[in-house]
Amino acid sequence: MSENTLYDSVWEQHKVTELPNGQDQLFVGLHLIHEVTSPQAFAMLEEREHEVAFPDRNFATTDHIAPTEAEKRERPLSDGESEEMLSALERNVSEHGITYFGFESGKQGITHVVAPELGLTQPGMTVACGDSHTATHGAFGSIGVGVGTSQIRDILATGCIAADKQQVRRIEVEGTLGEGVYAKDIILKIIQELGVDGGVGHVYEYGGPAIRELEMEGRLAVCNMSIEGGARAGYINPDETTYEYLRGREYVPEGDAFEQRKEYWESIKSGEDAVYDDVVTIDVDGMDPLVTWGINPGQVIELSEPVPAPEDFEARTDREAAERALEHMEFEPGQSMLGYDVDVAFLGTCTNGRVSDFEVAAEVLEGRQISDDVRALAVPGSETVREQCEQRGLDEVFIDAGFQWRRAGCSMCLAMNDDSLEGDEVCASSSNRNFIGRQGSKDGRTVLMSPAMVAAAAVEGEVTDARRFLSDDARTVSPTDVEEVAD
Amino acid sequence: MSEDQHITEVAGTGVPIPGDDIDTDQILPARFMKEVTFDNMAEYLFYDARRDDDGGERSDGSRASSDDESDGEFNDHPLNRFDGASIAVVNTNFGCGSSREHAPQAMMRWGVDGVVGESFAEIFADNCKSLGIPAITAGHEKVVALQEWIEDNPDGEVEIDVEDETVTYGDQVTHGEVDDAMQEALVDGIWDTTALMYSNLSKVERTAAELPYVEEV
Repeated sequence: MSENTLYDSVWEQHKVTELPNGQDQLFVGLHLIHEVTSPQAFAMLEEREHEVAFPDRNFATTDHIAPTEAEKRERPLSDGESEEMLSALERNVSEHGITYFGFESGKQGITHVVAPELGLTQPGMTVACGDSHTATHGAFGSIGVGVGTSQIRDILATGCIAADKQQVRRIEVEGTLGEGVYAKDIILKIIQELGVDGGVGHVYEYGGPAIRELEMEGRLAVCNMSIEGGARAGYINPDETTYEYLRGREYVPEGDAFEQRKEYWESIKSGEDAVYDDVVTIDVDGMDPLVTWGINPGQVIELSEPVPAPEDFEARTDREAAERALEHMEFEPGQSMLGYDVDVAFLGTCTNGRVSDFEVAAEVLEGRQISDDVRALAVPGSETVREQCEQRGLDEVFIDAGFQWRRAGCSMCLAMNDDSLEGDEVCASSSNRNFIGRQGSKDGRTVLMSPAMVAAAAVEGEVTDARRFLSDDARTVSPTDVEEVAD
Repeated sequence: MSEDQHITEVAGTGVPIPGDDIDTDQILPARFMKEVTFDNMAEYLFYDARRDDDGGERSDGSRASSDDESDGEFNDHPLNRFDGASIAVVNTNFGCGSSREHAPQAMMRWGVDGVVGESFAEIFADNCKSLGIPAITAGHEKVVALQEWIEDNPDGEVEIDVEDETVTYGDQVTHGEVDDAMQEALVDGIWDTTALMYSNLSKVERTAAELPYVEEV
């Protein structure tokens, strides 16, 4: 068992008691609520005539069904089902005294974008939300877990979840990222190496020089996709980068109170003598940008690598998954991902929908036009992100390049609103899941990549090495390089 | 659901759902989550895989929605062939991806009372526990043997014994594993964690009061 890690400290501080089934009852310090997974939980609560135990520790917004076209956000929403969900959420939060960031607030957005930027997420907290990407909040050194609707009922009624303590795997990320290679590439690399179920039963602690160098938005992208590696939670120990990000945010104390809080944040960090259940080292030095070639996030390669053949994999399950992936994506083993035709470019989500993501994409798009064959959406992760991007004039860069500049929401990550793939369209996407059907069409094909790579794919109408748009000196890869590797 | 329901065994005919890494987007596509109750979820279970036609788009170009049950002919997906089954038999990392409880809710409402699998994604297993659906794991060969047996014996009974951690079918008794917490919860009838944790509310308040970031309790 792990000892003296951040996970151990946070767990101990939030543990209420051990339950008769052997699980621990754990206090949830921050519960985030959205419209899709909560209405049934509120209904269960009312059925039992329970109140919300800690209304001040609950915050709500709307993201999954949120229309991203300004005119479609007029109420009532034109889609009846979406309107019903949104109204239910508004009624529930109002009846139970829960703070809600709706369209009118100017702060609406994806839960995992909104809570960090408002300073709601802080080191040492336990965070839960009815959404598997709650791992995102681990970027601050909190423990964020995705929960189901019955567990949301538990949290509303008792402020707690029943949970099993997991093993802690330290992932030491060594090396320095090259130009045009980002946090998204780090997490894709980790999933490539450890697999989509490698993290089951584990919490991931990310550390090492490449992680320390990341700004908070990069750290959020890394932790966000922990669940794609099978780990329910992933975290990074807080440091000065974390504290400086938090300073001055709306829900963060100021002055002396900040300093006091910081002492607490420092106190929960993994000790130098921390014991881990497992330690894995990953070297990102000289790594090229990664793109997925398959139908799960572990089916991913660096641009310099060819699409693998099923027989390249040792495990039977991986071989079978590769066969299904090649068939769905219509790839041949040995081919390069460079040059793969793209119909849609999608920028945004809880993984890569933050200001720095739009900044880097804008750097690629500045003075360029997207391909005539590409439909391109830029969807800020929150209205706050949108406003900050617009203050910097980024919206104009996107619009001039041919992107649609939208309002905040989950959008085409899972297509619960009107933003969806059609037929077998291929989407270059900054999102987190390339599952079949995920983006709204069961024949749709998703290629996951960093925001810079999405912007470059939009310009060329095919998967292309974004680094050639970013710098004259950066290393780049061409399809011929890859074919040589394949031969 | 009663708060003191003991679940020691579940039994019925089986349905094999072969494939590794079957994610919750496949089990319950997101576009069908636009309802404020779980009541209709059974209809959308494996919606795309169960229908021949494109479940996402009809010939007139409009998208299927939850009030539209007309599109797509049922194909020979196991859920169509093994209608009425109670025990689903799945492979590795079943239920990965999204945390949506809609997925096990849909399975439960379709008729699934228990799941046998090589492995389960964590949140999915948690959701099964919340719903009182036993999820038992067994090795690859055992699971495949059971899936094949069900193909040959669609009317044969499969029984999961939660206490003994066995799966019984035909003349076979296969040993598997039920997660300790799930076993305790189901066998002792304490899987309703709300009631369980609510009784500790004063302790919760004390824990919360000691956290520096909780202002006042």
